[in-house]
Amino acid sequence: MHISLSAVDYAVIVIYFAFVIGVGWSLKRSMKGSADFLMSGRSLPAWITGLAFISANLGAQEVIGMAASGAKYGIMTSHFYWIGAIPAMVFLGLFMLPFYYGSKARSVPEYLKLRFDEKTRGFNAATFAIMTVFSSGISMHALASLLRLLLGWDYNACIAIAAAIVLVYIFLGGLSSAIYNEVLQFCLIVAGFAPLVFLGLKDVGGWSALQEKLIPVATSQGYAAGTWTQSWSHLGTANANPMGVEWFGLVMGLGFVLSFGYWCTDFLVVQRALAAKSLSAARRTPLIAAIPKMFFPLLVILPGMIVIALPHVGGHSVLPLTADGTPDYNMSIPTLLARYLPSGLLGVGLTALIASFMSGMAGNVTAFNTVWTYDLYQSYMAPGRSDRHYFWMGHVATVAGVLLGIATAYLASAFNNIMDLLQLVFGFVNAPLFATFLLGMFWKRATGHGAFFGLLGGTLAAAVFHGLSLAAGATPGLKGAWIAPDFVFRSEMAQSFYVAIVAWSTCFILTVLISLATRRNKTDAELHGLVYSLTPRPSEEGEPWYRRPVVVGSIVLAVTLLLNFLFR
Amino acid sequence: MNFDLRLPIGALFTLYGALLVSYGAFGDKAQYARSLGLNVNLIWGLVLLAFGLTMLIARARGSKRP
Repeated sequence: MHISLSAVDYAVIVIYFAFVIGVGWSLKRSMKGSADFLMSGRSLPAWITGLAFISANLGAQEVIGMAASGAKYGIMTSHFYWIGAIPAMVFLGLFMLPFYYGSKARSVPEYLKLRFDEKTRGFNAATFAIMTVFSSGISMHALASLLRLLLGWDYNACIAIAAAIVLVYIFLGGLSSAIYNEVLQFCLIVAGFAPLVFLGLKDVGGWSALQEKLIPVATSQGYAAGTWTQSWSHLGTANANPMGVEWFGLVMGLGFVLSFGYWCTDFLVVQRALAAKSLSAARRTPLIAAIPKMFFPLLVILPGMIVIALPHVGGHSVLPLTADGTPDYNMSIPTLLARYLPSGLLGVGLTALIASFMSGMAGNVTAFNTVWTYDLYQSYMAPGRSDRHYFWMGHVATVAGVLLGIATAYLASAFNNIMDLLQLVFGFVNAPLFATFLLGMFWKRATGHGAFFGLLGGTLAAAVFHGLSLAAGATPGLKGAWIAPDFVFRSEMAQSFYVAIVAWSTCFILTVLISLATRRNKTDAELHGLVYSLTPRPSEEGEPWYRRPVVVGSIVLAVTLLLNFLFR
Repeated sequence: MNFDLRLPIGALFTLYGALLVSYGAFGDKAQYARSLGLNVNLIWGLVLLAFGLTMLIARARGSKRP
């Protein structure tokens, strides 16, 4: 598949690049110390941090991967939003941000240090820093591969340009620059993809025609007629749906463990809320983010469903084929871009795609430079230096983060297996995290030793369970069962949900047991503002209803429930 | 921080809107066969233009507030 651009499309792309750098440039003067550079001086309004909150997460995996899943699994993919994101985002806003923001911790690892101890922070900070570098590299690699495939652009040039632009705007304006650009990217993604979805849906003949055209897609693979357009009706058993997972694994694995683990503890997103100007604004950040987030399936999943419903030409799907002859689902959105958008709008759609990759990269770089500077450099390598020094180090870490990201991108293009292995290991590390935070925030008896060894145990349990489980049809090894294939799941997704459930439960139980067996290492006074029972409730007196987190959160949950019901 | 995001958002979308509208009005019309016969550059360009101008107007009014 090849798309050719005309002058107007290039103009759209170049204008966008000029704007993101311009935003960085105009913020240069307000960068006066490390807190401005790494934390935006805690000065931003909630609507900005809120839109940045979803945009930072809206990387390559999101746009390309969700459309691919839309084609592969249909509307069930929305569970990644309605079950796998919104409840956790509301929980973060209502219950967790008072501790993150109120404790004045500058990062998520620093909260762990205040609440537990140094080793728990060190473990979390180090693994997180490595993960962000790899994620930004993977984003870069995915962007360059896609542009090479679609436009015939040079891979090296794409990496160099994308890295240079992200580096320049973060170097100039720090976290503020990343956040403001993420809002710009959010607007652009909506502006670029909305006409695409409209044209695709119109071509198919509207929603009811789409439902009808997806019936043969489902029945030809041996599923019930409505499988692609009903999100809950086919979750009774793992055999009844293409995801290969049943309701319990989905709700507990995705909806609870993975979703809360990501949205409530990943510094990449939490950092956006911490940049808000007040506790109230910080708490509203994920709630404001949840409103567009719940409608995002329209923009990113629907294209995949449309692509798979389009009439087959000569027996072939409209998607290009991969090397082994199966449709390349990752090309869903690019296929629609090439099919429907004329020059002009094509430039906007392509810019939206590029913007989504760049926001994912920049989010990782800004999270990396903060954790590196405050949690690793200041804590272990050079404590007690002047703020000037850490301000300087923040800039150095930005450059280093981008350079390491570039190295990772090339590593990813050369050794696919190493990347798969790393992502697997990161999964093991992340799965138990939410148990540690939950106990830390709501049980004052949880101790530093309990948290640290609970986390290690949970990570180990994830690895062991992965070694004992396998998805049906997969080869033992990197995919699991490297000990023995004792548990066989219908799909890799189901396997990963259960790995997460095992890791979380192990971490939870171990942390409780070890905490009870060890002495508390923090007094009640030290835990003030860090634990629920020892923190005064934030007051919402005198605020209008739309600024009260509890009211907004309840509305968000009610609408999500309604969406689940409508597309059940 | 005296930075108002409504300015760059407004400017970017006004520029994009103007570009798409003029391209839709004066550019090659044959290519709209692929967008189901709709001159989407003109239509969506107007939407983006309206969004951009709204942001710019909001900024011009909002900056008077203390």
